[in-house]
Amino acid sequence: MADGTRGAGDRKEPPDDEAALSARLRRLGQRLDNAGRPSENVTDPRSAAKASAYARGFRMSTELVAGVVVGALIGWLLDRWLGLSPWGLIVFLLLGFAAGVLNVMRAAGVVRERDLND
Amino acid sequence: MAVDPIEQFQIHNLFPILKIGHTDIAFTNSAAFMLAAVAGITAFLVIGTAKRSLVPSRLQSAAEIAYEFVATTVRSTAGHEGMRFFPFVFTIFMFVLTLNIFGLVPYAFTVTSHIIITAALAITVFLTVLIYGLYRHGLHFFNLFVPKGVPVYILPLIVAIEILSFVSRPISHSVRLFANMLAGHITLQVFASFIILMGGAMGAIGWAGGALPFAMIVVLMALEALVAFLQAYVFAILTCIYLNDAIHPGH
Repeated sequence: MADGTRGAGDRKEPPDDEAALSARLRRLGQRLDNAGRPSENVTDPRSAAKASAYARGFRMSTELVAGVVVGALIGWLLDRWLGLSPWGLIVFLLLGFAAGVLNVMRAAGVVRERDLND
Repeated sequence: MAVDPIEQFQIHNLFPILKIGHTDIAFTNSAAFMLAAVAGITAFLVIGTAKRSLVPSRLQSAAEIAYEFVATTVRSTAGHEGMRFFPFVFTIFMFVLTLNIFGLVPYAFTVTSHIIITAALAITVFLTVLIYGLYRHGLHFFNLFVPKGVPVYILPLIVAIEILSFVSRPISHSVRLFANMLAGHITLQVFASFIILMGGAMGAIGWAGGALPFAMIVVLMALEALVAFLQAYVFAILTCIYLNDAIHPGH
């Protein structure tokens, strides 16, 4: 594919004058712009999810555990402060588990990050 | 001759700085490594960008790659508006990456294997998201917890789950980095201790047999180098994803 920076005529007569050079420079700049743009829109192939199976597995497990731990912690603290025992722990452990599953689904891309909302 | 695999994570006071009440505030080996990391990053970037030549030297090229890499990450996950957080993300990425790599040097101290460090970083990110989200969007920020198109009767449940999911972020964010570094360095130490134990117990045969765990260490070292980079990258990209929520809470 012709890249546009070097016209067909340029090959025979090298661009030794200022005008031809600056024209080439402009075309090169345009081409660089075009080359630079898609990398912002297209999802990066080096995304964290695909980085490696090990990192991926680790991410999933920590997401799930974090949800459960936060739920258990909040439930336990509520029990202590409000004397609700054992209901705070039961309810928040279940909610925490649900939050952990949600985290994992977000991390896995099953549920798109918030984009479903709008 | 038992080798304690946890010993490498011990904090030593190098010299005391000041004393508040009964709490000694000392300059520790952890602080020394953090200072070394900051000095190293600063030197790398200042020297790398000093000449600003059109055809970059190796160091300048490396500095440019680091910049481009983080900039691409920020743009692809948090959009163009996310670039205002570029200095923040770049700092975190370089700091974590440098500390992880310093930790790979034998006898060096791995700062990121302490959860207090990773938790401090994760909480900084969490508070940045919370404060910037509230500053930028006011109470609309809390729409983050209210997904659209959910029937009213299960909304309280969903909101509770969303809030728990949000609160659990700094935990998973910090534990991931900390646990990876801790586990990797303990594994290395355990395999290294096999060599010494075998040599001590069986003499020449033991030292010869030590070649097996040594080969394992070489492989693990390569894996750890990958993990050091990967976890810094994952930490940075998750920072971007969380910041994205502060910039565009879905509503």
